[in-house]
Amino acid sequence: MNQQRRLNTGGRIDRTKPLEFTFNGKSYSGYQGDTLASALIANGVTEVGRSFKYFRRRGIVGAGVEEPNAIVQLDSNETSTPNLRATEIELVDGLSAKSATTTDRLGLRRLSSRLSSLMPVGFYYKTLIRPKIVWDLGEKLIRDTAGFGSVPNDRDPDIYDKYHHHCDVLIVGGGAAGLCAALAAAELGIRVMVADEQAEFGGWLLSSSTTIEDRASTEWVDRAVTALRAHPNVMLLPRTTIFGLYDHNLVMGCERLVHQQSSAPGFARECLHQIRAEQVVLATGALERPLTFANNDLPGIMLSSAVLTYLNRYAVTPGNDLVLATTNDLAYETAFAWHDVGKRVVAVCDTRADLAADLINGCEARNIPILREHVVTEAHGKKCLKRAVVALLSNDKRGLVGKSQTLNCDVLATSSGWNPVIHLNAHTRTMARWSEEDVSFLLDATSPSIATAGAINGVRRLATCMSEGVDSIRRLRSLSDDELVLPLPRVDEIPPSRADEVFKAPHWRVDSRAPKQFVDFQLDVTVSDIQLAAREGYRTIEHVKRYTALGFGTDQGKLGNVNGIAVLGDTLGLSMSEIGTTVFRPPYTPVTFGAIAGRSVGALFDPERHTPMHSWHVQHGAMWENVGQWKRPWYYPQSSESMHEAVNREVLAARNGVAVLDASTLGKIDVQGKDAAMFVDRIYSNGFAKLRVGRCRYGLMLRDTGMIFDDGVTARLGEDHFLIHTTTGNADAVLSWLELWHQTEWPDLDVRLTSVTDQWATAAVVGPKSRMVVAALCPDLDLSNARFPFMSVQSLEIGGIEARIFRVSFSGELSYEINVPAQFGLSLWEQIMAAGEPYGITPYGTETMHVLRAEKGFIIAGQDTDGSMTSADMNMNWCVRKSNDVDFVGRRSLALEDYQRPDRLQFVGLETTDPSQVLPEGGQLLKEPTKKTPAAMQGYVTSSYFSATLGRSIALAMVKGGHNRLGETLHCSLRGGGFSQARVVEPSFYDLNNEAQKVNVVDHDADQAIAPITGLQRSTGVTLKTEEVESQTAGVSLRQWRNFRLLTLVGSTGENRKQGNSPPLLETLPVEPCTWSSEDGVQVCWLGPNRWMSLELIDDERSESSEFFASQLGDISVIDTTGAYSVFSLTGPSVNELLLKSCTYDFHESVFRANSCVRTTFAKTQALVINQQNNRIDLVVRRSYSDYVYRWIADASREFGIRLVN
Amino acid sequence: MLRIYCPYCESVRDEDEFHCVGEAHIKRPERPDDLNDQEWGEYLHFRTNPRGEHREIWHHAVGCRQHFNVVRDTETYEIRHVYRIGEEPPHEAVLDE
Ligand SMILES: [Zn+2]
Repeated sequence: MNQQRRLNTGGRIDRTKPLEFTFNGKSYSGYQGDTLASALIANGVTEVGRSFKYFRRRGIVGAGVEEPNAIVQLDSNETSTPNLRATEIELVDGLSAKSATTTDRLGLRRLSSRLSSLMPVGFYYKTLIRPKIVWDLGEKLIRDTAGFGSVPNDRDPDIYDKYHHHCDVLIVGGGAAGLCAALAAAELGIRVMVADEQAEFGGWLLSSSTTIEDRASTEWVDRAVTALRAHPNVMLLPRTTIFGLYDHNLVMGCERLVHQQSSAPGFARECLHQIRAEQVVLATGALERPLTFANNDLPGIMLSSAVLTYLNRYAVTPGNDLVLATTNDLAYETAFAWHDVGKRVVAVCDTRADLAADLINGCEARNIPILREHVVTEAHGKKCLKRAVVALLSNDKRGLVGKSQTLNCDVLATSSGWNPVIHLNAHTRTMARWSEEDVSFLLDATSPSIATAGAINGVRRLATCMSEGVDSIRRLRSLSDDELVLPLPRVDEIPPSRADEVFKAPHWRVDSRAPKQFVDFQLDVTVSDIQLAAREGYRTIEHVKRYTALGFGTDQGKLGNVNGIAVLGDTLGLSMSEIGTTVFRPPYTPVTFGAIAGRSVGALFDPERHTPMHSWHVQHGAMWENVGQWKRPWYYPQSSESMHEAVNREVLAARNGVAVLDASTLGKIDVQGKDAAMFVDRIYSNGFAKLRVGRCRYGLMLRDTGMIFDDGVTARLGEDHFLIHTTTGNADAVLSWLELWHQTEWPDLDVRLTSVTDQWATAAVVGPKSRMVVAALCPDLDLSNARFPFMSVQSLEIGGIEARIFRVSFSGELSYEINVPAQFGLSLWEQIMAAGEPYGITPYGTETMHVLRAEKGFIIAGQDTDGSMTSADMNMNWCVRKSNDVDFVGRRSLALEDYQRPDRLQFVGLETTDPSQVLPEGGQLLKEPTKKTPAAMQGYVTSSYFSATLGRSIALAMVKGGHNRLGETLHCSLRGGGFSQARVVEPSFYDLNNEAQKVNVVDHDADQAIAPITGLQRSTGVTLKTEEVESQTAGVSLRQWRNFRLLTLVGSTGENRKQGNSPPLLETLPVEPCTWSSEDGVQVCWLGPNRWMSLELIDDERSESSEFFASQLGDISVIDTTGAYSVFSLTGPSVNELLLKSCTYDFHESVFRANSCVRTTFAKTQALVINQQNNRIDLVVRRSYSDYVYRWIADASREFGIRLVN
Repeated sequence: MLRIYCPYCESVRDEDEFHCVGEAHIKRPERPDDLNDQEWGEYLHFRTNPRGEHREIWHHAVGCRQHFNVVRDTETYEIRHVYRIGEEPPHEAVLDE
């Protein structure tokens, strides 16, 4: 236990808990309560790194967030973390750190250190200009040697967590002002959060020797923190750096949890706190400014406040003989404390002539010599500080007079004043102004919901800091002194007198000839660099910053910026306020990517949607295509098949036999209401008002600009009931679009819109033999062309379950799209596979679907169109009404003059000269195969495939004036520089007369082999995987409901209620937003105006759900959406914490009350969260997302354990 | 990130529950055929894009699925007023046309 520089008593360290650690490969020891920096000082380590540009020795300068030099890398394995400040790293046993800056593999830095006088600011820009290769090589070389730390060489195994908080007042900073603000706010009973970047609350009080009511100020801190902890509405966040203050008081903080060193699973290394604060108190304090002088970067030269912190808080002395150089009163405390622990104070150099009596008395009592109007002008020493050269200042303090004297010392504490930490408020675009009185940049203004207190306001007196803390709460809450009373303790302190405005010591030589005077230690920016930049014409601090790199380091110039501004002002003859500050931007300190990502990494990176048949596809080796968030089978390779071979096989099966596609992802919107027909008629370009019940029609949905937005088949299920099918990726956008028109332009129409995408599992049975497969499934259904014609729909039961079959075709073949409620989808699919087996039924994926539709020339909105194509451009005016009777959306625009231009891009087909050549999608089409640029673009390829049906490649394209260019040859540019010839043709390649969908192939032999269909089985949205997560001491218990009934109720209760003759059950529908009511075991949740969800959870598999609402709601539409959702129940002591990790909603009991239910974001998707009381929360999530949501819950619960209940 | 009050859910939610649809109070012309191409084009494409108070439609996509009006300062992002579709903005929020 060496620690030769540790004091025997004092400090907030625990001498009974020694800790071992290594630094740059050497072993040392420290104590619990140390930072890495204080432990290094205790062991006499003076050099902690080398400088960035000149490779100069550097020591610890500060004691906290401001530290520019002691940048270290922790660990060397995959958990290695670069760019940490040793002053902020809590010492733990076994910690291993190394300097982030000591690599000099090529000796380049040592070289540049010697050649430094030849390398002025902008050296690289100026010298490595020509030829270009010099820059390319030079840049690589420089980048190799530059920079701090190294990137870990493996995937980060650590967990990072994220919480969402809400509070009335957030207090940033737990020093004297912040603690007083917190105590005052806690008195009011409001929700308070207090964040501090340090492990302990107290701020400067942990360093200062000031007493409060004659006792150590830390005793007051302990009492305050104890009182706050006892308050149920106060949350304390130590070790949490608030790094950004954003719009509407969203405040981001990062909590460091490494000190826990827990090997328990699920423990996070860092935690990001997203705090939505009604009001914010900034009590962020101030950071001391160093004096600038020659060789001011020698190890041993430190901030005065840092020296005091090491003495008082950590009981270490950075040396033996101290010289203090100051411009203000506060630094004297350091000299006094230094003397009082028995070390020698060589002298105090103060730039001022008139000093307060208390300072003089304090020095005289300790025999400390005071050198008035003196400044340190230069430091000497090779490896570390040995001597300080001090001299008398001229009257204007810009020059030196008389002879200098040399003082032997090994510690030089300096202070040129304090910089209030105004960064956070500056993030909200408010400016800072220079205060001559406080010698600081202060905030100009804050928003009404933000208050400041303490040193951030330039306050130097402790008593004022404390009263400002209380005042800040009074101001925010609009309370008088009487309304908020908080007695403050008596503080024993000397009011500080006026400070000097000196930032840089003059030197005997001109600055460019003097030894280096560092302004920015981390990036080696010197006084003469800034002067040179000014001479070269840089006038604004923003430009000087970018040219010299001042403030560009990981410390963001916390020490150097104001001194740099002063140097620039001095050079240009401008005042501090004329120069101003650079713009402060978040983050205040570097934030790891891990913390920002949270648990959104790997398998949880983005929500995934699964169809009800997902597990079957997995078992049968499907390759996947991501379509929006859906996972869709792309193709199903058999044994060693390539993609090309598999797709060809699937295409031919659909064309010649029977094949089946999981089409559950297709968007489906249920439209009901008296005006449903009128609504659909106005939305689509072709007419729907006259569509007969039971029939389907393909429709084009236009934007009001006339551009194609979506397309799909709409069925009329009843006189006032339609079902709209949308493109898979467009389902949500189309629903929002319909709601927009209904709610803003046509609010008088009685229309009820409900997404039923997740409700229905859809299997498309396709091919000439499809009729036989469907016949096997539905023996009672008449499948003749006459009774079940093309473009019609039948409702029926399959295996005892309600089903709908649409006879529509996206392939051109005879095709039946069978729909059952999603919970029966997997069972349906298995039955189809069984029924189709005698016919060789082949599952096919999206790639085959694309080939089939492209052979027919069917467009995919979003692939063949991009929002700039009209119906005419796509040659689809056949589904646009000619009459002007109905002013459908987009109609007027189709007559716009520009849309009639003959040279618009128009939809065509392409046939390559070489039938095996598949053109690249997106390939540009040219008239001539020329590489000369610019070349006139003729169009581009939108879809391109190999067609197994035709034995050749086919493509669809947009071509300028294409409709009149059939037969013309164009040239498609290929990746790698070649061209491919292709002829413009009609965009349809197969079965031009549409005969295939009417065929009727009968194979009686196979009929015999089919087993009769059995009842369809219910399956849940998720198969819970217990073994991975099960825990005995579970913080969260999760139950997935197997059996429930969930209805969506839509419609107005208004008229009925007013007339007092509504059915009694209408009275149970809750009208208060985000609440639920229940009746007879059925819970009804408010979803929106005139929209509810009724939920009946059925415990016993056999018990039947009641027909409670279905029949008795009069004018309200009741839609069975049981299949569209999964229902989870969450119980256990950690449920609330799980919600904080998963939701941005405020689940505090004052907001989320006993009968609350709220639709909000959950686990990056959405859920209805129901407060079931008795500490149970129910989640209703869209079925397709439920697997993702379950995995999220399991992952978020790892730290407290999860138990699965059946 | 904005915090937005939904006048239907009667609570303040994070911006990511909403979609901004665009400028509010742009009434679709009653008789589009009476408009020439330029007038129709102005309805389709031309927006005020002010610096300062802007009236816009937001959609509570994750919540109640209702559209409503927001008066938002495009410079400070402050939300001055929220009101339902069909309602007029509070008097002081009416912009100079
Ligand atoms: Zn809402």
